[in-house]
Amino acid sequence: MKSQCRIALIGNPNSGKSSLFNQLTGLRQKTGNFPGVTVDKRSGVCDLNADTEAEVIDFPGIYSVYPKSLDEQVVMDVLANPAHESYPDVVVVVVDSANLQRNLLLFTEIIDLQVPVVLALNMLDVAAGMNIEINAVQLAMRLNVPVVKINARVGGGLEILKKAVLSQCQTASTAADSAKNLPSFFEPTLLVADLVGEIKAKFKLKNDYLALQYIHQHNNFTFLSPAQNSEITGLLAKYKFDGIDLQAKEIMARYVKIRQIVTDSVKQKTLVHQPIWTTRLDSVLLHPLWGYISFMVILLLMFQAVFSWAQAPMDLIDGGVAALSGWLKDTLPPGNLTDLLTDGLLAGIGGVLIFIPQIAFLFLLVSLLEESGYMSRVVVLMDKIMRRFGLNGKSVVPLISGVACAVPAIMAARSISNRKDRLITILVTPLMSCSARLPIFTILIALVVPTTTYFGVISLQALTLLGLYALGTVSAILTAWLLKGIVTVKEEGFFVMEMPTYKLPRWNHVGLTVYDAVRAFVLEAGKIIVAISIILWVTASYGPGDAMQRAESQARSQNAALDSVAVDNIVKAQRMEASYAGHFGKFIEPAIKPLGYDWKIGVALLASFAAREVFVGTMSTIYSIGSDPNGDNKTIKQRLRAEINPATGGPMYTPALSFSLLIFYVFAMMCMSTIATVYRETKSWKWPLIQFFYMTGLGYVLAYLTYQVLK
Amino acid sequence: MIERTVADLRKGETAIIKGFRNASLSLRLLEMGCLPGSEITLDFMAPLGCPVGVRVLGYKLSMRKSEADSILIEN
Repeated sequence: MKSQCRIALIGNPNSGKSSLFNQLTGLRQKTGNFPGVTVDKRSGVCDLNADTEAEVIDFPGIYSVYPKSLDEQVVMDVLANPAHESYPDVVVVVVDSANLQRNLLLFTEIIDLQVPVVLALNMLDVAAGMNIEINAVQLAMRLNVPVVKINARVGGGLEILKKAVLSQCQTASTAADSAKNLPSFFEPTLLVADLVGEIKAKFKLKNDYLALQYIHQHNNFTFLSPAQNSEITGLLAKYKFDGIDLQAKEIMARYVKIRQIVTDSVKQKTLVHQPIWTTRLDSVLLHPLWGYISFMVILLLMFQAVFSWAQAPMDLIDGGVAALSGWLKDTLPPGNLTDLLTDGLLAGIGGVLIFIPQIAFLFLLVSLLEESGYMSRVVVLMDKIMRRFGLNGKSVVPLISGVACAVPAIMAARSISNRKDRLITILVTPLMSCSARLPIFTILIALVVPTTTYFGVISLQALTLLGLYALGTVSAILTAWLLKGIVTVKEEGFFVMEMPTYKLPRWNHVGLTVYDAVRAFVLEAGKIIVAISIILWVTASYGPGDAMQRAESQARSQNAALDSVAVDNIVKAQRMEASYAGHFGKFIEPAIKPLGYDWKIGVALLASFAAREVFVGTMSTIYSIGSDPNGDNKTIKQRLRAEINPATGGPMYTPALSFSLLIFYVFAMMCMSTIATVYRETKSWKWPLIQFFYMTGLGYVLAYLTYQVLK
Repeated sequence: MIERTVADLRKGETAIIKGFRNASLSLRLLEMGCLPGSEITLDFMAPLGCPVGVRVLGYKLSMRKSEADSILIEN
């Protein structure tokens, strides 16, 4: 049994904390939740030496222990509570050496909490480029903590860091009292001695600064009972506590000491600001004209890429699954089990696998934008425009991520500190067309839009797809504008944001993001999709009582004159209609008839209320059950194309029907995971319900109009 | 006399921070390095005039015009 140690990584946003996390843990990481709160907990395992294993926790990036957003609250909630399951043995504070003064503010706060600390100096190369030279030995002596030089980007200095952590870890347990020797950067007792004393006595705390955090942040501490909370509130009133004033004094006092230390241990020859090429890039990318043009071009490139690059691997997967299914049917003895395997299970798995190329490409592109630092320029470009519509420049990140998946996108809205802007962003983000809609879009577009190209490169199909995305985006923004007048939440928010320098993407980061997204999709969404596919196959293959047998014998006797293949087809169609799924579809047919849908589409619609991605899989299951027995290895697209509308005798999938379906899926809220996420993020059923009804209502009405106009 | 703020700076102009107008906003600005006595430069304006970008402590911050207007500068 290896001995254990828990490490917390804490640092400013953009300090390279997450790079260090990835370097330390590699693929041995997972994303979970901090108990009681909805903040993602990224943790992983790292070997410190042959017989010590460490659990590494990557905390959200913060500028100080005083939280400014929901995500940031979790850091102090854990650090103030030694009983917390994530309470660390050692805190590694990662700092951006190019910006040491500001980064040390957080460090001095952590030090004053008297937890064992290692200071990791990162981005020394950037600092060197700015003519900043740091004397790490001097710094370690002045701060009285181990200081390690690392390069999180390439993994430099990790072994020394591990050794430093290990020695802090081993001395931590024996030398809890020796913490008293550490220098203190701020003495709260100089200003609020009585109050701090009373809190310390009440909660049996040893540390003055921790007591001060109880005073400032008790409302955010999940480990305090309501009674304890009101007790503290009472004390604050008794001493007429002024939090803002004290906090401002604290920050100033810290900076005074930090300046002395930085002056002693940092040499800066001449002040050089951000690298020259960042300034040059900004002069184009933030230009009043070129800035918007480049943003549009980048968006257009993203769609073109996803549509054309992902197509080849998708066709390969689609064809491969169809071929495998055909081969299994030929090889295995015919029967229910074979049918379940091919038409139920394999069709379902195919419906999951086919998503992988698109999800991978979208997450690849979105994470490239974030990694490079361009995303924060988009925020600046869009803020004023977005604000007119009740949104916020920071809403752009959730909205753009919504193109990949609404679930992480809605979670990303946490970075918006204004509650009203955040709520509106959450409510409209699912209108952005997510990757689960993409297969529905691509299949239906490929079915009814000709493969014309303009200027040899821009295809009409890609333009149609772009149009659907634009429709979703425009409706998201208009809905936000409407909600601006309706939703009333009063709270002040901040916009102030760091503009990182442009960086080359770290490919291991990008790779891990893509891997994470694909894995989560295959494991979590995949489970639901496969289960629903099997349920569908069962409900489509069996009917109430002997209804299906009766339908079959009736069909046979009525069509005795026809040849056997035609009879078999009619029999299959009749059996499908008599099955449980058929009954289900028939039941809702009157409601969807005005949109141009038949009961088969009704079955797929119902199934896809759980998740949109189920739609294509369901269609493939339904049509493979009712299809020509000699042509089972057809692709989904071919099956849809071959479907005949019994009323007209022409193809079922006319442009009117296909566009009606497309419009329905642009708007309707068909995703259980999103509903669950919105509930989690807003902590009430009110908002997810409002969202569900307005989106699905819009989808129904607009699909109806589309069908009636086009048919 | 009307006090000048960062919002009054012209592009490329540098000033010394004197104080803040809004107490709760000042905390965030202080934490991010906008300290009284330090230099602040108006670096860029977004195409529509807001948000603005400033340089302080050798790095770039972007903030809304209303936030820039809460940072008082020495004349």
